[in-house]
Amino acid sequence: MTALSRDDVAHVAALARLSLSDEELDRYTGQLQAVLDHAADLEAFDLEGTPATAHPFADRNVVREDTPVACLDRDEVLACAPDEEDHRFSVPRIIGEAP
Amino acid sequence: MTSAVQIASEVRSGQCTARSVTEAALSEVAASDGALHAFLHVDADGALAAADRVDAMVERGEDPGPLAGVPVALKDNLCTRGVPTTAASRILEGWEPPYTATVVDRLGTAGAIAIGKTNLDEFAMGSSTENSAFGPTRNPHDHTRVPGGSSGGSAAAVAAGMVALGLGSDTGGSIRQPAALCGVVGVKPTYGAVSRYGLIAFASSLDQIGPIARTVADAALCLEVIAGHDPMDSTSLREPAPSLTASLADGVDGRTVGLVRELVDGAAPDVVGRVRDAAEALERAGARVIELSVPELRLGLSAYYLIAPAEASSNLARYDGVRYGLRVPADDITAMNVATRTAGFGDEVKRRIMLGTYALSAGYYDAYYGRAQRVRTLMIRAFAAAYEQADLLLGATAPTTAFELGAKTTDPMAMYLSDVFTIPSNLSGEVAVTVPFGAGDDGLPIGVQVLGPARSEPRVFAAAAVLESGAPQ
Repeated sequence: MTALSRDDVAHVAALARLSLSDEELDRYTGQLQAVLDHAADLEAFDLEGTPATAHPFADRNVVREDTPVACLDRDEVLACAPDEEDHRFSVPRIIGEAP
Repeated sequence: MTSAVQIASEVRSGQCTARSVTEAALSEVAASDGALHAFLHVDADGALAAADRVDAMVERGEDPGPLAGVPVALKDNLCTRGVPTTAASRILEGWEPPYTATVVDRLGTAGAIAIGKTNLDEFAMGSSTENSAFGPTRNPHDHTRVPGGSSGGSAAAVAAGMVALGLGSDTGGSIRQPAALCGVVGVKPTYGAVSRYGLIAFASSLDQIGPIARTVADAALCLEVIAGHDPMDSTSLREPAPSLTASLADGVDGRTVGLVRELVDGAAPDVVGRVRDAAEALERAGARVIELSVPELRLGLSAYYLIAPAEASSNLARYDGVRYGLRVPADDITAMNVATRTAGFGDEVKRRIMLGTYALSAGYYDAYYGRAQRVRTLMIRAFAAAYEQADLLLGATAPTTAFELGAKTTDPMAMYLSDVFTIPSNLSGEVAVTVPFGAGDDGLPIGVQVLGPARSEPRVFAAAAVLESGAPQ
C-alpha cells in the first residue's frame, strides 16, 4: 500500500469539491493513512481469479411497463431550491465572464 | 410503555384510544428528551392528527391496521413529506422533502403514529451519534455514555420508553450496534427485503432499513409491515413480506448454531462471557452448538471502509447547492459547490468522501476499491460455506458496552472498530438480529447477534425469541 501525502489529500479534496485548511490537511492526511494502513490486510489473501462483487445479489436489470404515472409537483420541488427563476433552478455563472 | 403488540391489540379492540397512547408518548418525550436528545424534530400535531384518524376508524368499525396507535420514531434520514428531514447535516437543515419514504407510508397505513425524527451520525456515518451536526444523543442507561450509532436516536427513544418502535438504517451495523448498547432488539433484514425508497443514501449496496424494538415480537410485527416488494426501489426483492410473528414460537430444537470465533475474538471478556451464555441458552432449547472459524470475516472492516466511502463519495456528490438544501453563494458555480460542501458537511462526512474519492481515483482503483470488492466475494463465499455446516451463526454485536462520550471522537480508526462484528452481514447482504442478553461488568447492556442466510428471517427471529426468553434478568 502506498504512503499518502499531504498533496494527495489536497488533490482528492479538490476532486470532491471540498476546501481544507492547512490544519485540516495535516489531520486528514494522518487519519486517512491510518485507514489505508489497516486495509493492508486485504493484500494477505490471494484474489487471483476472484470476481468483484458490486451488489450482494446477482445482477439483473429491472424494467417496468412504460406507463405514465404522476411525478413530483414542480412547484413543491422548486420550493426546496436555494434559488429559482422562471420555474427553473437558478445557479451562478457556469462559463464565461461574470456579467 | 407497553409493547407494540399490546398497544395495537388494545387500540384495535377499543380498550384504549390511539390519542391517549400518543399523548402519553408525547409527554414522555417532553419529560425525557431534554436530557437524552434522541429527537431532532417532534411532530406533535401530525402525531395527534394521525391518532385521531386511527380512533375514527375504530369507531366506524374499520380495522386501523396491525400497528394501530403504536408510537414510532423515525431516523432522520427517512424522508417525510412536509416534515423536516436533515440526516443530522447542516447541508439539509430546514429541508422538507417533497415525498415520503415507502417504509414511513407503510407504517402509517398500518396505523402507527410517527412521533418524530431521531438523531443520527451525519448521513449515518458513525458509531456513536456524536457526528450529528445538532449535538449528540445520550445513552438512557448512563447519560455520560454514547447510545451507539448511527441510529442512536431511535435506539435511545425506544430504550427510554418514549416510543414502542423505532426505524433505523444499517449500512455497517447502524441498527444493531446502538440497539445492543441501549439494551433493545435491532434487526438488519436481508438486503432488498425492505424498500430503500426515501432513505437518504449512504452506501447503496449496503444500506438496509430495519426495526428497533423492546421485544422480538414487536420487531417481527414491524418488519412484517415494512417489508415486501416496492416498485420504487429497483433493488427491492420481488417477494411478499415474510411471515414472522407466526414462526416466533418455532424454537431452535434440532438447529445447528455456529459460534463464530471471528465474531467473538477481540471483544471484552464480559461480552465474550455473555455470548457463551447465549450459546448455552440455545443448547438448552435443543440446538446443537458448534464452534466455527471463518477467517475471511476479519477482512470485513478493511473492505467496508473502502467500499462504503467509495459509494458515499458518489452518493453525496448530489449535495451541490443547486436543487435543495444549503447554498453558500459564490461568483461561479464551482466556487459555490466548494463553499456549500465545505460549510455543509461535518468532519467525518468529509473524511469518508475523501477516502472514497481516493479509493476510486485513477491509479488507486484496482489496489483499493477493486480489491475490496473481490474480498467481498470471498466473504460471501465464506458465509455460504459456514451455512453448509450451521443453520444459524452466533457472535457478539459490539466489542464492548457503551463507551463514554468523547472517548473515540479524535481517533476515527478506533471508532470504526466498533462495527467489526456487524459489518460482515452488510457485505454479504444477509440477515442479522441483535438481542439484549444481560449486562456487562459495568452494569450496561450487552447484545448478542444471531446471523442467518439471505431470506432466513423466520429462522433468525425464532432463535432471537429463544434468546430473549433465556436472557439473564
